[in-house]
Amino acid sequence: MSGNGAHNVVRLVDVTKVFRMGQEEVHALRGVTLEIKAGEYMSIMGPSGSGKSTLFNMIGALDKPTSGRVFIDEVDVAQLDAYELAWLRCRKIGYIFQTFNLIQVMTAIENVTLPMIFAGMGRDEYMDKGMELLRLVGLAERFQHKPAELSGGQQQRVAVARALANDPAIILADEPTGNLDLTTGEEIISLLKELSQQRGVTIISATHDIKMINVSDRVVWIRDGRIDRIEDREKLQVSVGQVL
Amino acid sequence: MSDGFMAKSIDRQIVLPWSQVIRISFNALRARFFRSMITTSTLVLAAAFLSYTFAVYIILEGVWSAADSALQDKILSAGFTPADGHFGSTAKDRWLVVLSLLVCAVGIVNAQLMAVTERFREIGTLKCLGALDRFVIKLFVLEAAYQGLLGGTAGSILGVGTAVATLWMRFGLPVLIHLPALDLTALLVKSSALAVGLSLIGVMYPAWVAARMQPAIALRSEP
Repeated sequence: MSGNGAHNVVRLVDVTKVFRMGQEEVHALRGVTLEIKAGEYMSIMGPSGSGKSTLFNMIGALDKPTSGRVFIDEVDVAQLDAYELAWLRCRKIGYIFQTFNLIQVMTAIENVTLPMIFAGMGRDEYMDKGMELLRLVGLAERFQHKPAELSGGQQQRVAVARALANDPAIILADEPTGNLDLTTGEEIISLLKELSQQRGVTIISATHDIKMINVSDRVVWIRDGRIDRIEDREKLQVSVGQVL
Repeated sequence: MSDGFMAKSIDRQIVLPWSQVIRISFNALRARFFRSMITTSTLVLAAAFLSYTFAVYIILEGVWSAADSALQDKILSAGFTPADGHFGSTAKDRWLVVLSLLVCAVGIVNAQLMAVTERFREIGTLKCLGALDRFVIKLFVLEAAYQGLLGGTAGSILGVGTAVATLWMRFGLPVLIHLPALDLTALLVKSSALAVGLSLIGVMYPAWVAARMQPAIALRSEP
């Protein structure tokens, strides 16, 4: 799925989301229309409270929009039943979170292999692939460690390996560097960039980490639940100055 | 290509085989041993109370027929009275047992609700990885079954053991010689099974609540 003329892997049409907080209504998204092409590295930027994470949840089919439509691979997510939705989350999308969200009681390899177990792989197959993915993120020798025995950066690497388990078309990252120090954050960013270049995975990342801009093909700026502006790579070079 | 079609239909499955459920929930329980012991302790106490109450009568019933008149007098003077020549639980005993089980059931629902709430984030993560609602229910139900089995067995052994020990101290060696081992074993099995049942009843509602959550909401909760 690389090259020009790639199809839309994600398409949002006039998506709104309203949360009810007691008597008050909070408009987290006020009509977002967005197209994301296959193989793209896209960052969603914005201050906290701008609706970034809500948008992230919409793209990842983790929450239902109040109105509007979300298409993943041109399939309307609202039309999917629970089973198809689970299938989508298992096979199509890999999730990475700010808080890593590894399962604390499982070892690194168990965390990485869980999506493959859900996908119905046999033991030999998922163990092989799990080890291969841990090797890819540089943690093969720590496969028996539990999350609590790993540093933040290492936990996020395990999360990246887990996100790749079923060769998803999309990797969704919600503030992937938010809980990491500068260098570790950069390592994770370049790991994601490598994946996008080598595997043609679409990377969509909600962030307010400026380092992310350097590697993004496109940056979507969110403000007050609306798209403020969308910037392409060429334009970014001007605004940021130095790009890798 | 028929081959391709087959591959596609295999591709479309989302599964969590029981062998994996057994492994995952066992490991989860082991990793959270002390936390789950708190939940389990309610079951231990309920099973212990139940099995103690019935074990006393089962033991007396076994000893009574073999006892000489001196021992029979001793048993009677200790306040145990046979009805129609047999020892059995009184209506009051049964009422107490039922009450204790009711209290236990409420305690278990409460404890499981807490335990499940603590794990909302984990449940959200599982769902992001493609878990169906029923996988979540399966995992919690099996963990509860383990807890019931563990707590029930421990509690039953505790209850029966206490009954044997106290009666032995009161009435001496004949209690051990004429111990109705088979009936006591049956009691152990029954009260363990009851504890499993209670544990399952207790986890049903919390597991159902957890399984139906939208992943985004489950993930938003603080750990």
